[in-house]
Amino acid sequence: MNKDIQIKVEHVTRVEGHGNIVLDVKKGEIKKLQWQISEAPRFFEAMLRGRYYDELRTITSRICGICSIGHSLASLKATEDALNINISKQTAILRRLAINGENMQSHILHFGYLTLPDLFGIGSVFPLVGSKNNDTLLKIVKLHRLSNEMSDLICGRTTHPIRLQVGGFSAVPTKKQLLDLKEKLKEGLNLTKDVAKVTKDVVDNFPDFNRETEYIALTSNKEYAFYDGDIASTDTGVYKDYKNYDKITNEYFVPQSTALYAKHKRESYMVGALARFNLNSKQLNHVGKEIADLFNLKAVNYNPFMNNIAQLIEFAHNIEDSINWIDLLVENGLKDEKPKEVELKKGRGVGIVEVPRGMLIHDYKINDKGRCEKANCVIPTNQNHANIQKDMEKLVPEILEKPKKEIELNLEMLVRAYDPCISCSTHYLDIEFV
Amino acid sequence: MKPRVAFFDFSSCEGCQLQIADLEEEILDLIEIVDVVSFREVMKEHSDEYDIAIIEGSIMRPMDEHRLRKIRNKCKILIALGACATIGGINKIRNQWPVKNVIKEVYKDADIEDNKFFNVSPTKAVNEVVPVDYYIHGCPINRDEFKNVISSLALGKKPKIPNYPVCVECKKNENVCLFELGKFCLGPITRAGCGAICPTNGSACDGCRGILSKPDVECVMDLLERYDLTYEEMKNRCTIYNTGVFNPKDGMTLVRRSKR
Repeated sequence: MNKDIQIKVEHVTRVEGHGNIVLDVKKGEIKKLQWQISEAPRFFEAMLRGRYYDELRTITSRICGICSIGHSLASLKATEDALNINISKQTAILRRLAINGENMQSHILHFGYLTLPDLFGIGSVFPLVGSKNNDTLLKIVKLHRLSNEMSDLICGRTTHPIRLQVGGFSAVPTKKQLLDLKEKLKEGLNLTKDVAKVTKDVVDNFPDFNRETEYIALTSNKEYAFYDGDIASTDTGVYKDYKNYDKITNEYFVPQSTALYAKHKRESYMVGALARFNLNSKQLNHVGKEIADLFNLKAVNYNPFMNNIAQLIEFAHNIEDSINWIDLLVENGLKDEKPKEVELKKGRGVGIVEVPRGMLIHDYKINDKGRCEKANCVIPTNQNHANIQKDMEKLVPEILEKPKKEIELNLEMLVRAYDPCISCSTHYLDIEFV
Repeated sequence: MKPRVAFFDFSSCEGCQLQIADLEEEILDLIEIVDVVSFREVMKEHSDEYDIAIIEGSIMRPMDEHRLRKIRNKCKILIALGACATIGGINKIRNQWPVKNVIKEVYKDADIEDNKFFNVSPTKAVNEVVPVDYYIHGCPINRDEFKNVISSLALGKKPKIPNYPVCVECKKNENVCLFELGKFCLGPITRAGCGAICPTNGSACDGCRGILSKPDVECVMDLLERYDLTYEEMKNRCTIYNTGVFNPKDGMTLVRRSKR
């Protein structure tokens, strides 16, 4: 085995921008294998300096078009932590609906429009139109629309939410709107089960690949954590000292990248749906467990391609969870309450939430005039970069015998499994040789 | 022949292209009237032959300026899509500091002297690099406005972009004025077209569609006086999306013509 292989996949995804895969094999020996991030830096932490506390979520929401709700919530939690604001029960529930809506929207976009075509062995979702899988495609479009409608209703807008404010909501949905949504969610539950069944038939098309690594996600004894919880690791357990999160994330600079990388106990760790599943699968609700059983997925699973399946499991979990929260809201009686009053004080606050791609952290220092003095944001995709690189280093020698096209496809599928950002969903690749 | 449309993205959150993906089945209607030849988010194919170029994002690096000029040379019509492209938007906040300062804040002491990815200049809107024919404003863009602009152009008509304040649409929605509720809203000086979506959801306008070419100065000054607010504070609010617009050197200033 002494073949030469040269692969350069440019702009694999837009991980807050652009990422490339470079592989150079000479006489069967890997000379270069790199996952590169070439995104133009946007300097959000610098831009927050001097901004008033109520502008921070507006600005940080714009870090990412697809998880703008998650950024808003991490930002609000950090701001409220710094200013010592306690939110109402109703706000806490509505925020859980918001985070569910975003997770659903992002997961179905990624799973339905990107992953399924790979499993069906086709280039994009378009060939599904009019094919024997046309019905599945229509169900996915319906689920995508449902997810966006839910975010629109709770947040005022799905991309760059409006109603999420420091201390509460600037407007709340009506009881009727929530009950209408509940009916649609119930229908969505059935559609999701149908999609899962179709997926089950093709799931073996994922490469059989395993690499032991560390998984990090929020965990809580109350629920399958998205909005609230403590940081936890499959290697070291629960870590309560959230303000010193940097002891876990340890971001560092890598020359081939404008994004920072992260590591904890090993060379790399993974965040996202599979990490959450591996840490919290016992807390999945009924339908979440049902889908997990269908695929026989058990924690701890070390196959990064199973992140796709973990997304589908979470999607179903999010729907049932939302139905339960809506029931509780309606039972409690929906109050048209205003956001909590804010008293300015000096302080530092840290907000951590689980967004579709993993654990997201915002950290602000606010002065006594209510202005931000220092900010730090730890982005999920950044935490995964090193793990993607390490996966590639193990995967390539295992598949070196395969034709070049297949190696390329497996590497792309690996990157896509991590769901780095929006465009990966239906974004296909320009291939060039080095 | 249907006009050929190509999408290009520069520095942004990509939320505006997402609005187009979020049109769901309506995308199919658009494809009836235009021929999409390049749109990385939904298709693999790419062609360098296009009539209409749609640009998302701000221009942050010399290499991006070079790419944008090449696109301008190839297309007949160039559209700026979303606040990052139309006015620089959020990305311009950093222009108040030298580039070296913002790099140091984020990347600390990392050695990036020779790293080409960090060859960054102050943020520019698209029209600061090449001429722009049409603007689709907003952060994010309004999906209906996008459809209207594209269908107008496909029919050979000039799209209509509002040049009146957000207040007009806010009144139509029968909202209580946010100034009355103690909020500082930029609706009076901001271009409409969003359906006043933020005030309608109880949140003040941040000016993402850009400042009107001729704001009603008298009205704005009266408003500030009535609610005991300062011009300085308004300018400060404007720096979320419109950094530099009120720069006394080359931007506009709002000054009352005559003191009553």
